[in-house]
Amino acid sequence: MKKTAEVVIIGGGISGLSIAYNLASRGMRDVVVLEKSYLFSGSTGRCGAGVRQQWGTEMNCALGKATCEIFENLNEILDFEDDIEFKQGGYLMMAITEKEVEQFKKNIELQHSMGIPSIMLTPREALDIVPELNIEGILACTFCHKDGHANPFKTMQAYAEAARRHGAEIYTYTEVTGIDVEENRIKGVHTNNGYISTEKIVIAAGAWSRQVGMLAGCEVPVRPERHQILVTEPVNPILGPMLMSFAGNIYLQQEPGGEFIMGFGPAEHETFNISSTWDFVETMCKKATRYLPYMKNVRIVRQWAGLYEMSPDAQPILGKAEEVEGVYLATGFSGHGFMFGPITGQLMAEYILGFPTTLPIDKLDVGRFKRGELIFEPSVV
Amino acid sequence: MTKSKTIICRCEDVTLEEIEAVIEKGYTSMDEIKRITRCGMGQCQGRTCRTLLLAELARATKTHPNDIKVTTYRPPVKNVKMSVILGGMEDEENS
Repeated sequence: MKKTAEVVIIGGGISGLSIAYNLASRGMRDVVVLEKSYLFSGSTGRCGAGVRQQWGTEMNCALGKATCEIFENLNEILDFEDDIEFKQGGYLMMAITEKEVEQFKKNIELQHSMGIPSIMLTPREALDIVPELNIEGILACTFCHKDGHANPFKTMQAYAEAARRHGAEIYTYTEVTGIDVEENRIKGVHTNNGYISTEKIVIAAGAWSRQVGMLAGCEVPVRPERHQILVTEPVNPILGPMLMSFAGNIYLQQEPGGEFIMGFGPAEHETFNISSTWDFVETMCKKATRYLPYMKNVRIVRQWAGLYEMSPDAQPILGKAEEVEGVYLATGFSGHGFMFGPITGQLMAEYILGFPTTLPIDKLDVGRFKRGELIFEPSVV
Repeated sequence: MTKSKTIICRCEDVTLEEIEAVIEKGYTSMDEIKRITRCGMGQCQGRTCRTLLLAELARATKTHPNDIKVTTYRPPVKNVKMSVILGGMEDEENS
């Protein structure tokens, strides 16, 4: 393992790997990524894989649009010999309450002002896109054909291999055990495999970001939340878009290989527990068959769980920590770390290198919570 | 029989050649190989390929199989239709 590094990125998920690639490809030398377990072990490798531009805040719309444009060209950008399997089948958002219909109208207006090609649909029009959809109880839909989903494993692999080609080092099974701070500046990082001296760290540790921050004396206000998910057997393609309902609390998509992946948001307390439960399967089956009755004949193959790292306003935390010089934060994605990963890497690399950022990230700083300038996102499962 | 025709994972059609290629690339844990190649992610959930992959990995990395971490066994034990979980038997004839 290296003894010194220009930057140590803590967390080998999509955010950490994308930041590493973007720093290394912009010429930063000695970029190190520390991953406490195997690559893919954290939240990225457990996610629902969606990528969308249909959001309810200007910030998320801007991030979503920019990240989608990177996903579209990612195989070429990263010179990936395989395929990240980015399928742009759109997202079909279903409103089941009057309040949601009003919110969707506002969202569409905002999205159009940002150049996002979303459209409002009647439930009957939605049947043209998803003929198998049970539209009973659905009041209205929105659809954006640019949204979609990608393979998180392949996307991580593409970033990891590109980062390595540009000279970055990725150490798996390497856990941070301590962080040295002197005179309010970062001095180095202790791990179970040795010590690396550095003046810069990036906390991209997802649900564990608060614990990593504490090692450096920095408050990182995220809390872990378990989200369960399941995958079915592969069947013939019947579903183009990701189906999503906020009030109905469900997302459901069909992979290019034919498997359905689906989940919903829990009402749970803060936890690092990622075990699977029977309750989840039962509720998931009710939800899935309610929107796609077809699903009742499809077999469940596997269930698992992962952690969201929730920020107080469910929006990312990007920028610097306030307490210690040399601590950068890329966390708080609140369930959207995978989709925002490509743009996160670009913005954080620009920020760390002192370049102007492609999109303004000053409003995403950690200080917003103390200032009371939270940016609540209304459209989250 | 050539390695390109030796199937390790039957559900996902993963060959010995593909497994050796990813090990060569530096992916030396069962968990990483599973996620990159889909070996063990198919309908049988790795019932055959889990041990084959373990053996190949042990051979390639010169590690005793006991010292290799095996991928997690995840529920359900066997594929089950949603209708069965919901208690409905009306589609049993299609099973």
